[in-house]
Amino acid sequence: MNIALLLEMAAEAAPDRVGLVCEGKRWTYGDLLGAARGAFELIRQSDAQYVALLDESSEAAVIAVFGAALAGVPYCPLNYRLPDADLAALLARIAPALVIGDEERITRLAADQGHTVLSREEFSLKAQEAVPAEDAREYDPGEGVAIQLFTSGTTAAPKAAILRHSNLLGYIFGTVEFGTADEGDAALVVVPPYHIAGISALLSSIYSLRRIVMLPAFSPEGWLSLVADEQVSNAFVVPTMLARIIEAMERAGAAGISSLRAIAYGGGKMPLEVIRKALELFPEAGFTNAYGLTETSSTVALLGPDDHREALASQDPAIRARLTSLGKPIPTVEIEIRGEDGETLGPGQPGEIYVRGEQVSGEYKEKSALDAQGWFPTRDAGYMDEHGYLFLSGRADDVIVRGGENMSPGEIEDVLLTHPAVADACACAIPSVEWGEAVGVAIVLRDGHEMPAEPDLKDLVRARLRSSRVPEKIVFLSELPYNEMGKLLRRKVKDVLAG
Amino acid sequence: MKPGTRLKSAACDTEVMVIRAADGTIECGGAPMDEAKPADAAPLAADFSAGTLMGKRYVDADGRYELLCVKPGKGSLSVDGVALVVKDAKPLPASD
Repeated sequence: MNIALLLEMAAEAAPDRVGLVCEGKRWTYGDLLGAARGAFELIRQSDAQYVALLDESSEAAVIAVFGAALAGVPYCPLNYRLPDADLAALLARIAPALVIGDEERITRLAADQGHTVLSREEFSLKAQEAVPAEDAREYDPGEGVAIQLFTSGTTAAPKAAILRHSNLLGYIFGTVEFGTADEGDAALVVVPPYHIAGISALLSSIYSLRRIVMLPAFSPEGWLSLVADEQVSNAFVVPTMLARIIEAMERAGAAGISSLRAIAYGGGKMPLEVIRKALELFPEAGFTNAYGLTETSSTVALLGPDDHREALASQDPAIRARLTSLGKPIPTVEIEIRGEDGETLGPGQPGEIYVRGEQVSGEYKEKSALDAQGWFPTRDAGYMDEHGYLFLSGRADDVIVRGGENMSPGEIEDVLLTHPAVADACACAIPSVEWGEAVGVAIVLRDGHEMPAEPDLKDLVRARLRSSRVPEKIVFLSELPYNEMGKLLRRKVKDVLAG
Repeated sequence: MKPGTRLKSAACDTEVMVIRAADGTIECGGAPMDEAKPADAAPLAADFSAGTLMGKRYVDADGRYELLCVKPGKGSLSVDGVALVVKDAKPLPASD
């Protein structure tokens, strides 16, 4: 079964309904399917092994993902923020490809790799003009790979994660009912096209017949005005975006955004302060925290709107804590917490998060990471409480092992963040002759506050947690390093602490 | 029947995509469905004329069959004469 079915069904049910708005241009589902079929012709003519996109979000991302699917060629959107050398290496791994986007850069970096290069405008225009041959085309049956995404590669060379048509359709059929969006509904998509959330947003919006409104480059002002102009009803943001939107609203107010009914977030840890403020500023909106990975075709657990409001209103600390939870597994997915020896752990016990389900690929071009029973080790550390709510403590690789005792950076950071002078904190392992590893922390001070004395911070941790968690080294930084998706780059902090 | 097979009704416009299937005969409007449409349309059986709805998934009681309606029509779906029912999907909040 081919993911192009999603667009074919939308075009069958509502050919003249607007499915995409990008930079003022409106595309109906019929237009998009026509262009995807045109892209099939371009891809076949080019003999490409991959269809790559090196560009911000635009109609080309939609046309390319479905055109590639029809042609049976993996679609591989690339991170345009990568340095030249890294990007050239990735382009070499997918040669020969039809590469859409930054022509100058592709030619400069990979002229000798045999790619066919088209600018965004050329690709969109040619795809619309290409008329399929008289005889009906045989489109790919969709038994192979639909999408290949390179992981960010913070520890080694980027891995090529692959998502099959069956994984993506398993996700869509399991989480979205066809055509359920109201005619006026619109989803604001601001996540870059090379991120799994950027891809799943396209697929689920099209299948629910919810108009996609694209914002290629994020700014809080641009986001707010697009919500008002297009009467946006749904939006997905990463935590740093939400924080900046709130700042902009507090600075300049926000008129005309009452259409916004649903705000989903994910892709990084949401600061408690930000989500509390957001719940106050958008009293009518439903908030959803989505947890997922590239290898799981997006969302596998979510904390829904009712959970958010209940947690905010509750006096019970256990229920209030749910605001920091990832919620519960979606019905079509199983989640387990396992210990170091692979044993399944009970409620409250911290370990590694394992996921299983049709949407879970867990597969890289080189090899599959699934175990014999189909479980995918996420390398995320966390636990599930007695009511089935999942809590994330960080990456399993970030766990600090001091003298055989495992500690999650998150719990130490949460305690430090309760200090009035601490705006941001990051805990990581530092080498220790005595313990193997010990705790080091980097701290960002809040504006207008004096630097707290080191013993005060140590006492704070000692009083709330065990003495083993007390940081041995504390450094003060002007800011912590985050990537563009709001993910904290712990490795960089580790380098600073080791230096 | 392989998942991904597209079946057409002999009695109406209905088309379905097979998500899951066993060895039984999949019918629409009372007549067997096939990948190709027959030259002569089959009559629509009165017992199987409630219609199919676009985008709905139809299942049997044992969970052995699941069909996705990709084109609606006047017939309704069955396997070996036993009517399929619409799969109840609990709505999830949009997460992306």
